[in-house]
Amino acid sequence: MSALVEISDLHVRFVGERTVHAINGVDLTLNAGETLGLLGESGSGKSVTLRALLRLLPKRRTVISGSIRVLDQDVLALDGEALSRFRGRTVSMIFQEPALALDPVYSIGSQIAETVMRHEGCSRAAADQRALEMLNVVRIPSAKSRLAAYPHELSGGMRQRAMIALALSCKPKILLADEPTTALDATVQIQILLLLRELQREFGMSVIFVTHDIGVAVEISDRLAVMYGGQIVEQGALRDIIRAPSHPYTRGLLGSNAHAAPKGQRLETIPGAPPVLDAVPRACPFAARCAVVEQRCNLQPPPVVEIADGRLTRCFLAAGQDASAMN
Amino acid sequence: MDRNAASLPQLEDLGGAAQPLLRVEHLTKHFPVAGGLLAKRRTVRAVDDVTFAVGKGETLGIVGESGCGKSTTARVLMQLAPPDSGEILFDGMLVGGRDMSIAEFRRGVQMVFQDSYASLNPRLTVEQSITFGLKAQGISGAAARKVARDLLSKVGLRPEIFAERYPHEISGGQRQRVNIARALALSPRLVILDEAVSALDKSVEAQVLNLLVDLKTEFGLTYLFISHDLNVVRYMSDRVMVMYLGEVVEYGPVESLWARAAHPYTRALLSAMPSIDPDRRTQTAPLAGDPPNPIDPPSGCRFHPRCPHAEPVCAQTKPPLFAVEDEAHRAACLMIVPGSGHSASARLPSAMRDA
Amino acid sequence: MDAHVNVTAMSEPGPADAPVNRASRGYWANVARRLSRDKTSMVCAAILLLIFLAAILAPWMGLADPYKGSMIRRLRHLGAPGFPLGTDELGRDMIARLIYGGRLSLFIGMSPVVLAFVLGTSLGLVAGYAGGKVNTAIMRTVDVLFAFPSVLLAIAISGVLGAGVLNSIVSLTIVFTPQIARVAESVTTGVRNMDFIHAARASGAGDFTIIRDHVLGNVLGPIFVYATGLISVSMILAAGLSFLGLGVKPPEPEWGLMLNTLRTAIYTNPWVAALPGAMIFMVSICFNLLSDGLRSAMDIRN
Repeated sequence: MSALVEISDLHVRFVGERTVHAINGVDLTLNAGETLGLLGESGSGKSVTLRALLRLLPKRRTVISGSIRVLDQDVLALDGEALSRFRGRTVSMIFQEPALALDPVYSIGSQIAETVMRHEGCSRAAADQRALEMLNVVRIPSAKSRLAAYPHELSGGMRQRAMIALALSCKPKILLADEPTTALDATVQIQILLLLRELQREFGMSVIFVTHDIGVAVEISDRLAVMYGGQIVEQGALRDIIRAPSHPYTRGLLGSNAHAAPKGQRLETIPGAPPVLDAVPRACPFAARCAVVEQRCNLQPPPVVEIADGRLTRCFLAAGQDASAMN
Repeated sequence: MDRNAASLPQLEDLGGAAQPLLRVEHLTKHFPVAGGLLAKRRTVRAVDDVTFAVGKGETLGIVGESGCGKSTTARVLMQLAPPDSGEILFDGMLVGGRDMSIAEFRRGVQMVFQDSYASLNPRLTVEQSITFGLKAQGISGAAARKVARDLLSKVGLRPEIFAERYPHEISGGQRQRVNIARALALSPRLVILDEAVSALDKSVEAQVLNLLVDLKTEFGLTYLFISHDLNVVRYMSDRVMVMYLGEVVEYGPVESLWARAAHPYTRALLSAMPSIDPDRRTQTAPLAGDPPNPIDPPSGCRFHPRCPHAEPVCAQTKPPLFAVEDEAHRAACLMIVPGSGHSASARLPSAMRDA
Repeated sequence: MDAHVNVTAMSEPGPADAPVNRASRGYWANVARRLSRDKTSMVCAAILLLIFLAAILAPWMGLADPYKGSMIRRLRHLGAPGFPLGTDELGRDMIARLIYGGRLSLFIGMSPVVLAFVLGTSLGLVAGYAGGKVNTAIMRTVDVLFAFPSVLLAIAISGVLGAGVLNSIVSLTIVFTPQIARVAESVTTGVRNMDFIHAARASGAGDFTIIRDHVLGNVLGPIFVYATGLISVSMILAAGLSFLGLGVKPPEPEWGLMLNTLRTAIYTNPWVAALPGAMIFMVSICFNLLSDGLRSAMDIRN
């Protein structure tokens, strides 16, 4: 058994004044010791997937179906005590804005110590010791004096490190990262990415890293899943996807990156804007923007095709190629 | 330039092509920080003695991290905050002096902001937002509406669909197109783009960048392109200026800067960009720690506390902007200034020492 | 979605995310639509409308004379023949007095809020938009008044000015103006720092035009919601002033005053004695719930 997380046929719908079908059939596995990058634009469902996994979605306004299994536990059935044990000890999360995720009225040290005491029931002294240890783990300089610091007294990068320390304080098996470097300056972002890479190895944990930035995904992930319209349109080993993207959306995304474009040459673009998702997509959600759209793309949902070992694509064209390759 | 006759004419070109459209001389803007009742009054040196020029039809990119002063520079240029000292010359004319009033200058310069939602009045339709400035300049309602609709189609939004929309009814990319149309409504010669594409999704960002390139040619514009994204700045700019803690640390033509960055900070910025190649991931972070706060910045070279090449002299001497290979590319680092006292300057090739 | 495919290269943003067929509505039309879907607000609005109509149309409703008492039919109970809501301590018909009382009570309750809305908004708008020294001058002055508890301030001012309807209104206006000015100032300061105000200034528009076209529309809403919430406070304070003898004089029918005069009957005829209080309670809670509904209806991004 190597899969830590198994999400199958996950659907998430937000109800209220406007209905939004945020997730429309996501199948995803996370293996032990790997970092999975979840790449997508705003509204693609990447953050919602993460939040569903940690059961952070507002109960009254969301309808969830499908299954999420973490270490053979049915996450959607967890409740009360089991849920809080699950959060923190099994799975833990870091956010884009540490300023919002950390409590402004407690010092960094006491927040970490509190968490450790609550989850492990150890003494205050042991918890304080662990807090210091954690600040060292995330390479906060002069950790001892920073224990007493309040979140607002730390710089952006240090706050992010403190949040990572808090998230890892109970040695979770899985770390969920929701764009933790997006709000940071470039020179700080790369520090945090390298830190997460090291910590992932040190702790032997698995990471799901949500980002909209291909560069960040390349720096951090082993495997990549590209999301669009609440579905995973392509997944596989990072290197394979970057070298030879198979879904037209991934191709467009890589092409529209100003990274490679020579000056004076027009950037490749994906025309149009992401779908609104006020209904379940009955065809390919990317069809309206696709450069190689065919008639069938607008009529029925495309199949998920395994074009190589562990390489999945949700596209008719890949299916066609696949079929011809087999003949 | 097939602008409608009813719209405002672009300000006349006076100095000819050789005269920079914008010259900024020794621009300084400090903000006092409200301390406690008895605390010492401290100062944020947001922009400190910044001098640069933007040629006609050129795009000057400004890069730097938070607190480097790039956005404050834009706001002071836009006259949204008065400078403490320094001069702004627009096509050779001193702004705010006898040559050119601030009102005239505002006709010549417009700005596009980062937050597409905050920069549109939520209570006004797209068309009303665009016509507002025109009406303020004395254009009649009907003529202003015509200009607004023309501009909407120029930025790729069909006026019959979008003119009557409210900002919350359209997407971020579409809103940013509206902001661009509004900026163009007054027929500016210079457009300041302050992180104008930073909040957009990548696929939409590429569309807007293409649009900006097209509009620049069509309307004969000059851009000041401010961004933290070096990839985008490289794609858009002819020349790039790097700022750190309120000061210019390096500037030069984009190719030269990318190939021969002379300032350690510029080099750090360049190598901090995430790799796009899975086989060439970044292995070490170029800098440790965060960019410091511009309150009471360090003495000498402001970068010295973070610089891997810092020597005692760096804390004492403020480096001048010194030519790197040619006059167009300059950097403020003692390592390239002959006889500066930095050990690296002694190893400079003789040709440079003579320069 | 096929409709979007034929968009030309120039109009790249195919409006896939912007439904073409939906006519766009003005902001206030949207607010009204959202408010009309909120059941609580609609019930409150209906109750208030009923009370208002009754108060306005009182003389034509064929009610008994609210001033005419009779010693022999004092303090009738609820449901007494001919007097469904009983009579008061002077034998006057409670139905007539409650309905007529609405005229004065609502007037004294609402007019200070209206006046304070105009005054406070102007002060707050100027302070917030001008900023700097002007702001400090206006807001520090306002803070002085703000420092007193509203009940004490109202009583003190009324005490100085003397009893009477007009003086009550003046004193309550003075009580509410600082509160509204505070709200107006903070909302205006927030709006003033938005980029669209910067863009408007950059386009060369004058301050007056910017305030009229860009500031007012964005600050009036929140201030209005706050002011609606104040109506209930104002009703209660006005009633309190009358109760203390600083507002309306007997024999005028007014809920606060009625509560005061019926106080003596609280043991003999508690239900009737509680009726004016019930009216005050009902009106103020309706205004409160309506202002809550308005607040969420105005939050368009929600």
